[in-house]
Amino acid sequence: MAGGKHILGGLLFVAAAAVGPFLPAWLISLLTIALASALVVLGLVLLWRAGLVSFGQALYYAIGAYAVALMMRWTGIHDAFLAVIIAAFAAALTAFFVGFLLARYREIFFAMLSLALSMILYGVLVKTEALGSTDGFNVSTPTFLGYAPHGFELTVALYWYALALGAIAAVIVGAYMRSVAGALAVPVRDNEIRVEYLGVSATRLIHLKLVIAGTLGGVGGAIAAMSISHVDPAMSYWTTSGGFVFITILAGAGSVAAAFIGSILFELVRTASVALMPGTWQLILGTVLLLTILFLPDGLGSLFTRRRKVAGESAQ
Amino acid sequence: MLLGLAILTDGLVYAAYLFIVAVGLSLIFGVMKILNVAHGAFYAFGAYCAATAAGMYFDRGLPDAGGFLVMAFAAIAVGLVLGLILERTILRLVYGKDEVIIVLVTYAAFLILEDAIILIWGPSSLSAYQPLVISGNFMIGQLVLSGYDLGLVLLAILLAVGGFLGLRHTRYGRLLTAVIFDRETAAAFGVNVTRFFTITFVIGAMLGALGGAAMAPKISVTLGIGVEVIVLAFAVVAVGGMGSMEGALVGALIVGLCRAAAVHLLPQVELFVIYAVMALVLVFRPHGLFTRAQPRKI
Repeated sequence: MAGGKHILGGLLFVAAAAVGPFLPAWLISLLTIALASALVVLGLVLLWRAGLVSFGQALYYAIGAYAVALMMRWTGIHDAFLAVIIAAFAAALTAFFVGFLLARYREIFFAMLSLALSMILYGVLVKTEALGSTDGFNVSTPTFLGYAPHGFELTVALYWYALALGAIAAVIVGAYMRSVAGALAVPVRDNEIRVEYLGVSATRLIHLKLVIAGTLGGVGGAIAAMSISHVDPAMSYWTTSGGFVFITILAGAGSVAAAFIGSILFELVRTASVALMPGTWQLILGTVLLLTILFLPDGLGSLFTRRRKVAGESAQ
Repeated sequence: MLLGLAILTDGLVYAAYLFIVAVGLSLIFGVMKILNVAHGAFYAFGAYCAATAAGMYFDRGLPDAGGFLVMAFAAIAVGLVLGLILERTILRLVYGKDEVIIVLVTYAAFLILEDAIILIWGPSSLSAYQPLVISGNFMIGQLVLSGYDLGLVLLAILLAVGGFLGLRHTRYGRLLTAVIFDRETAAAFGVNVTRFFTITFVIGAMLGALGGAAMAPKISVTLGIGVEVIVLAFAVVAVGGMGSMEGALVGALIVGLCRAAAVHLLPQVELFVIYAVMALVLVFRPHGLFTRAQPRKI
C-alpha cells in the first residue's frame, strides 16, 4: 500500500515538474507559494496528530524568511541552497530553545503561548528600523550553485527547487510518521499519561515534533522569501499562522499528500476570490473552514483514505 | 515624579480599556471553556455600530448626554443579535468537541464577520470624535487628562464591581458559579446548563461590543481593529488566568502598567512588551495567575 503511494507520489512529482515551463508565470509563482505553505503545514500536521494546534507557526516562517533575506543582504552570498540550509538551521535552533518551554503545554495553553511567541517576534520586527520596520525589505535574486537565472527562468527554477524540497520533506515526514516516534503521536493525544507509563517521555516526543515542525516552517519561509523577493513583519503576524492552521484543518492529519493538495487549493481559492470577488476572501475562507469542521472533521484527506478513526476521543 | 504619574495614569486608562475588552472573553471561557476568537469581531461590530449611531445622533443636534446612551445601546443591541445568532446556529453544533476545534470554529466566525463589516460599511473608516470633545479635559498637577479616559476607568470599575456583585449575590450569578465549577454536577442538580451557555455567550458578546463602543471615540474605526484586539485580550486573560474575573482585572492592570511604562521609558519594546509579559507569566504559572491547576485525567 505504502509502495503504491510512493509510486503515485513520484509520478505526480515528475508530472508537476514537467508541466512547469508550460504554465503561465502567475500560476508557477502561485504553486511555489503553495509549496512553501505546504511545508509549514506538514509541520503543523505532525503537531496536530499529537493533538496540538500552534497558532504561532508564523514565528518559524518569518525567521526562515528573514534569515534568507539577511544572509543575502549582509554576506552577499545569494545561493539558494545555502539560504535554505541557513533558514532551516535558524528556525530549528529557535524551535529547539522555544521547545523547552512550549513542550510542557497542551491544548489551548499551547496555542496561546505559541501565539504570544510569534507576536513577540512581530513586535521586534516592526520596531527594528534596520530591518525596514513595517515595510520590510527586498530580497535579492537567488542563484543556484552559480546558475543565475532571471525573469521567467528564475520563476521556473524556484518552482522546481520548491518542488524538490517539498518532495524531500514529504518523504522524510512520511517516514517519520511511520516510525515509532511518529506513530506515538495519536496515543499522546488520546492519553498522555498512559504513554508515559509505557516508558516514553511525551514532553520529549513533543519537543522533537516542535523542532521538526519549526524546521519545516523555516524552509517554507525561505522559499516564500525568495519567491516573493520581499520580507515584512506581517509574515509573523497571527493571521499568517491562522492561515496555516486553516490549511491544516482543511487537509486533515491523515496524510502527507493532503498538506500539498490543501495548500494548492488554498492559494487557488485565494487568488480566484481576490480576482473575482474582492472583499469576500475571508468570508469564503471562514465558510469553508466551518463546513470542513462540521462535515469533514478529518479533513479533505479523509475523502481519499476512507480510514475510519475511533470516534471516542471527544468523550473526555 | 511627573513621569511616574504619567505612567500610572496612562497605565490605568489602558488597563481599563483592556479590562473592558477582555472581561467578556474571560467570562465566556470560564463558563463554556470556549476561547472565543470571534470576540474581536464583536468588538469591531460594536465600534462600527456605535460610530454610526453617534454620527446619526450628533448630526441632529440632540442633547449631548443622550449620545453616550445611544452608542452604548447600539453596541449592546448588535452584541445581543450577533451573540445569539452565533451561539444558536453554529456553536451548538460543536459543543462537546475538542476545545481546540471550537477555537477554530470561532476563528471561522471571526473571518466571516470581518468581511461582513466590509460588506456593510465599506472599506472607508468612521470616526466618532464627539464624545471625546464633549467630555473635555482636566488637569492633575501638570498632567492634562481627557475626561473621556476618566469615563473609561469608571466604566471598567463599574463592570468589575457589577461583575463581582452579580456573580456573588444574585441567583443567576451563583448558579453560574456552580456551572463554572462543575458543569455536570450543576446539570445533575437541575441547572439548565444549555440555557446558561446561551445567556453567557450573549452577555460576553455584548461586553465585547460595548468595549468596541467605548473605544470608538478614541480610535479611527477602521478595518482590522478586531484583529489587533483579539490578541491583546488573549494576552490579558492568559496573564490573569482564563475564566477568572479577578484574573482579568489583575491581568489588565499588569499589562496596562507594563505597556505604559514601556511607552514612556523604552518605546522600542512597546509593541511586544505585552506578549513578553504574557510569555513570562505562562512560564511560571502555565494556567495564569488566578486559576487552580487542573488535575490530570488518567
